[in-house]
Amino acid sequence: MAMRTAAAPPANTAAGTATAMSLRVVGRTEVADGVVALTLARPDGGRLPDWTPGAHVDLVLPSGLTRQYSLCGDRWDARTYRVAVLREADGRGGSSYIHDHLREGDPVGLGGPRNNFPLAPAQEYHFVAGGIGITPLLPMIVQVDMLGVPWRLLYGGRTRASMAFLDELSKAHGDRVLAVPEDEHGRPDLERWLPEPSPGAKVYSCGPAGLLDAVRRVCADWPDGRVRTERFVAAETAGEGGRPFEVELRRSGTTLAVGTEQNLLQVLGEAGVHVLSSCRQGLCGTCETAVLDGVPDHRDSILDEADRAAGDCMFVCVSRARSQRLVLDL
Amino acid sequence: MSVTDTPPATASTDADPFSPEVLEDPLPTQARLRDAGPVVYLERYGVHALARYEHVHTALTDWQTFQSAAGVGLANFRHEKPWRPPSLLLEADPPLHDAPRTVLSRILGPRALRRLREAWVEDARELVDRVVGRTEFDAVAELSQAFPLRVFPDAVGLEKEGRDNLLPYGDHAFNAFGPPNELVARGAAHIGRLSAWVDGQCARERLAPGGFGAAIWEAADRGDITEEQAPLIVRSLLTAGVDTTVHALGAVLYAFATHPGQWRRLRRDPRLARVAFDEAVRWESPVQTFFRTATGDVGIGGATIPDGGKILMFLGAANRDPRRWEDPDAFDLSRDPSAHVGFGMGIHQCVGQHVARLEAESLLTALAERVEHIELAGEPRRHLNNTLRAWSSMPVRITPA
Repeated sequence: MAMRTAAAPPANTAAGTATAMSLRVVGRTEVADGVVALTLARPDGGRLPDWTPGAHVDLVLPSGLTRQYSLCGDRWDARTYRVAVLREADGRGGSSYIHDHLREGDPVGLGGPRNNFPLAPAQEYHFVAGGIGITPLLPMIVQVDMLGVPWRLLYGGRTRASMAFLDELSKAHGDRVLAVPEDEHGRPDLERWLPEPSPGAKVYSCGPAGLLDAVRRVCADWPDGRVRTERFVAAETAGEGGRPFEVELRRSGTTLAVGTEQNLLQVLGEAGVHVLSSCRQGLCGTCETAVLDGVPDHRDSILDEADRAAGDCMFVCVSRARSQRLVLDL
Repeated sequence: MSVTDTPPATASTDADPFSPEVLEDPLPTQARLRDAGPVVYLERYGVHALARYEHVHTALTDWQTFQSAAGVGLANFRHEKPWRPPSLLLEADPPLHDAPRTVLSRILGPRALRRLREAWVEDARELVDRVVGRTEFDAVAELSQAFPLRVFPDAVGLEKEGRDNLLPYGDHAFNAFGPPNELVARGAAHIGRLSAWVDGQCARERLAPGGFGAAIWEAADRGDITEEQAPLIVRSLLTAGVDTTVHALGAVLYAFATHPGQWRRLRRDPRLARVAFDEAVRWESPVQTFFRTATGDVGIGGATIPDGGKILMFLGAANRDPRRWEDPDAFDLSRDPSAHVGFGMGIHQCVGQHVARLEAESLLTALAERVEHIELAGEPRRHLNNTLRAWSSMPVRITPA
């Protein structure tokens, strides 16, 4: 076996200093018509926050837009993330910015990873992907295959050439993969392809709303929790991330400025306000801080959608502000 | 300790970190291990040891290289049979680790614990009211054991009968991570009975509704985990949720009983309770050690650890590494103890850390309200365990506020 070197973390991480999670584009490949895959890494090449299949990240683009993309790379490689981005004709500027302007070496801010679509154990899996919805399913398939659990994939798309990763899936897995390009075969026949519910089986599906509704309809008899879907939408978040902001500490009666390249936890520490933290990656939840006013820019992996929308608390090790001013109970 | 330069750049020693003498006072041995080099070969056990913060942190976070599924004790599950079915959390790697971890982190997450806070603060006040009436008592029995045993089993939803099995069961499980020495032999004599009780408690019908245990079974009903996994995940709570907290509370009480200035500080600003607890976890490291296994030939700190080789990580030594911490032996509330490795780090980091912090915060806040001064009233006695740093008794004298 090849020798592996467990490189020590860079000095600042080893010393426990918070790292602002700014990534760089280190690879950019057209993987299908209208789909570009980005490889992202930390500028210092260090480990990225751990993730599980089904997870997505927020990418804060140099234009200030924040967009969410499923991670579709290899989690055994801790130093890079891969996302695949479809150019959306009616998109709100995130995908076209990535397609037209984002180049190798460009910086992107990171939020998450966060997983609303985790892979739960099953005795057999039926995966249904529509178009770019293949992305969260890719790492799931790798793992299920690794565990030797039976699985199959129905992959629909507009044309064969628009279906990202189809070649590699078909080559590696042959008959397990059924490709249904619409221009050749029309819409997939879910009724025929999806089995009757059986104990231990699960359906995972990601794609456009129409596909997911169809999967739900066909699987209406399945028990709760056995059919899991993730809608593929580019979530729009108010305001802009990655900007400087002011933070007022209500109890200490201090106001601090946090620059674009600065990390809130670090700014607090330098001002003598030590907030207990641990992982410093928005994963463990130790540094939860109450927000009294302002809109947090949540970059953690912990809060669900409802908690994020409530905006009454934040994890100061990674999160920032969407409003110009944030008031914290510190 | 003889430290010789054997294979390239790797120090080697015949020291036994699990001997009663070292368990009684591990600090000098840990200092020598840190100074001997980034990686030190332990001849007695045929394993490599890491004692510096930097390398312990690396081994904890790099799960791809340093695996847990071959056991996080000395025994190598690649060719040794575990003493019980392996933990689905502690002794598992991705992908199998994912679902149990996801489920349990939600159930024990800070937001899920909010509903317990008020009740636990009230419980702590009642317990403290009872001890302040007596000026001298054993802080281990009356506080650090009494409080977790009062709140945690109820939070899990355990039956009242048999809760006295929890501490000895956990104690054996943590001894069993070490070598098969006298400590393990003593525990093994009773483990059949203890295991039978613990395993029985993990069944769905034994767990009270609304508790952590029932929540684990609800996750099985939703299909987030399997029905076969549910009882083993409950077992993890019972194994790792009691002794560890008891000893962490013992650590913080000992720290305050021997640092009156720090106690005055906490009384002036009770919001320091959270920092105080984590500082005590750093300072005493109730969980002293864990093992990992190399998933290939691994280069670290200039040494090569062969595929399948066991790696002993000294969390306690890392938490007192002067390369990382200024004045590491001082218990000091003005320090920022963040990023200590007392709860581990990375995907296996203690999933119950927020439970432990809430217990500690409740108890320390109640004590700070009612106790002006706390000091040792006699020589405290260590409880020896292959993995845990613990007190068996700690006579204290208090002055009520």
